[in-house]
Amino acid sequence: MALSRRSFDAVVVGAGGAGLRAALQLSEGGLSVAVVSKVFPTRSHTVAAQGGIGAALGNMGEDSWLWHMYDTVKGSDWLGDQDTIEFMCREAPKAVYELEHYGMPFDRNENGTVYQRPFGGHSQNFGERPVQRSCCAADRTGHAMLHTLYQRNVRARTHFFVEWMALDLVRDASGQVLGVTALEMETGEVTILQARATLFATGGAGRIYASTTNAFINTGDGLGMAARAGIPLEDMEFWQFHPTGVAGAGILITEGVRGEGGYLLNKSGERFMERYAPNLKDLASRDVVSRAMATEIKEGRGAGPHGDYLLLKLDHLGPEVIDKRLPGIREISKKFANVDPVKDPVPVVPTAHYMMGGIPANYLGEVVVPHGGNPEWAVPGFYAAGECACASVHGANRLGTNSLTDLLVFGKAAADSIVKFLAENPGHKDLPEDAADRTLARLARLDAQKSGESCAEVANEMRRTMQLHCGVFRFPDLLAEGVKKIRGIADRCSRTEIRDKSRVFNTARIEALELDNLIEVARASMVSAEGRKESRGAHDRADHPNRDDVNWLKHSLWYKDGDRLEYKPVHMKPLTARTIEPKVRTY
Amino acid sequence: MRFRIFRYDPDKDDRPAMRDYDVALDPHDRMLLDALVRIKEQDDSLSLRRSCREGVCGSDAMNINGKNGLACVTKLADLKEPVELRPLPGLPIIRDLIVDMTQFFKQYHSIKPYLINEDPPPERERLQSPEEREELDGLYECILCACCSTSCPSFWWNPDKFVGPAGLLQAYRFIADSRDQAASARLDDLEDPYRLFRCHSIMNCVEVCPKNLNPTRAIGKIKDLMVKRSV
Repeated sequence: MALSRRSFDAVVVGAGGAGLRAALQLSEGGLSVAVVSKVFPTRSHTVAAQGGIGAALGNMGEDSWLWHMYDTVKGSDWLGDQDTIEFMCREAPKAVYELEHYGMPFDRNENGTVYQRPFGGHSQNFGERPVQRSCCAADRTGHAMLHTLYQRNVRARTHFFVEWMALDLVRDASGQVLGVTALEMETGEVTILQARATLFATGGAGRIYASTTNAFINTGDGLGMAARAGIPLEDMEFWQFHPTGVAGAGILITEGVRGEGGYLLNKSGERFMERYAPNLKDLASRDVVSRAMATEIKEGRGAGPHGDYLLLKLDHLGPEVIDKRLPGIREISKKFANVDPVKDPVPVVPTAHYMMGGIPANYLGEVVVPHGGNPEWAVPGFYAAGECACASVHGANRLGTNSLTDLLVFGKAAADSIVKFLAENPGHKDLPEDAADRTLARLARLDAQKSGESCAEVANEMRRTMQLHCGVFRFPDLLAEGVKKIRGIADRCSRTEIRDKSRVFNTARIEALELDNLIEVARASMVSAEGRKESRGAHDRADHPNRDDVNWLKHSLWYKDGDRLEYKPVHMKPLTARTIEPKVRTY
Repeated sequence: MRFRIFRYDPDKDDRPAMRDYDVALDPHDRMLLDALVRIKEQDDSLSLRRSCREGVCGSDAMNINGKNGLACVTKLADLKEPVELRPLPGLPIIRDLIVDMTQFFKQYHSIKPYLINEDPPPERERLQSPEEREELDGLYECILCACCSTSCPSFWWNPDKFVGPAGLLQAYRFIADSRDQAASARLDDLEDPYRLFRCHSIMNCVEVCPKNLNPTRAIGKIKDLMVKRSV
């Protein structure tokens, strides 16, 4: 079957914050770029980010990128790579100024500078006291940022492939990446998008969990494609559970609520975070707060008729502050919790939110894998940025606001690396004969399947399994059983049936193709979690309650082939700063 | 709960038809989108767009019992049965509840929806007072769901010539931005019998906006600025 083929200098897969920032850099640099997105760009999940962008501008008091770096390393529970963390924190102010110059409607101080709010884990002078570092646009920072980046891309005349889904990576025998196969949803046709450089900015995969703040589209497509093409996935056991998802609905309530002065209560009205984090209290790192909440619920101090949630109190901030700084939260609480936070506290529970792991990358946005004795060989032509990448700036736990910083800094860094690579590697390499074989086999299987379980059934079971076996607290027996279960579910994924065989905008087919990606992410997460015999950041094991730097100060690498794990060292050496030595982590 | 949903797949149907569904809901199903996800589990051929499920991405706009809205923030308890669902009116239908939004985005793009400022950017942020920033409230929050433009009779009649409420709201967002230097050119561009002046203040846009924005007021402000500069 002859497929149509289109050629570009660069293909960017994903049009969220990282993809759009990269696309802008490439388009303004005069390159031919194709940006492939399952949804219209402003519908990407960056749109749902609320609280802010972390950058040491120092608008509200003294701040320094070195303090931001310290907080990020400590937040990561020392699993983050210190060179990439230094790079991000140093570049962050520039990234925010750029965004402001593009027209981002940041909130302002009386003197006209960008307003910054306090956020969890961010401190002055190496952990001394909270600092205001989060640059925000009310509680709609992601929305404002995504629209601003899209608008700037309209100005740059970036070429978008809207409602196209990338299906598989094209690699040649040398391992070089030469583009992707992609499905145009409206027509059902498959095209090879040939590219001299390919950037994945495909976002997260929170949809492996039953209860998540993530959008339906967050299905780990980049990770699935990478895993099928032989690229390992890094640190997949580390999933962030955001302390404040609306109980029952999973919708995110920004940490900015606590930044602005809100706090958590248990059923007897006790401000319990004072017991768990005496210094930063409700503004401790997310893993710490989520674990404290889960402990309160487990020990019978949860609120509500079933004692299964906690209360986020913010009425004391007053309607003026709430309407000015947290208007979206008021709207969400009314709609999804039937509560007006101006009067009553919001019922919240820790909810799966962010994937610290991902496609292994370095601070230049290059995808790096072990190869021929080199633990970090840069795969020629392949780049990753944003949540789908593991750079690793977030290590075992991400600090609030650092995700948007990550998108901007590494979106741009990856694009800069691509420009350099393209200058050094002119011309397209030949596509291998079998470039589209894997994709066509997947589609043919779905077309031919005349009986079997529905994708919804199998996907729901995967989500329940992840929720039960790989949540906030992890237990050895549940993990071992979880690995068996998830492997069984993976087998079932290859036998699902879709009844809808239409060519036109077939969303059943899209969901089946997404499930192929989700299951790789779920399997990688469960196997990596079972493998890591320590507690660090968001990974908390009952049988190994402490961090173990002697044996486990290393990154996990999961390979789909053989469903096996390898490990590689953490970068302890920053680019220019001094190493931040591991120590006990308290807030 | 009972639903009547517009169905049309050009790959196999000669003409569109309304199909009835009866779904048993779970007590946790609060919003219309929850019910649609359940229906899709029964009948995987039902096609619709959806993503964030919290009213911020703008994907799942549709016509719900005769009124445009987002399925994810429409409470099931507020809906009269059978709930009648149709694609957004006035745009070409691709399949089922999915419309072709090309014309809508073309109009959005036509107003140059980006900050224009030819000065070299300063080393730090450009300064803007809190009062100047407040001018953007009620404007920048638009999610481009198209509920407003596709409820506007003027847009139905001239989708190729009338910018429509969504695009005009964004035009004013940039006119109102103290950092933008192109207000005058933006006004010139809109001074046209169709692009702006097809708005007859019918105000359907205001009634349907899921973010409670007010395009009619923004359009009024653009008209005021035009009058002001002509005297």
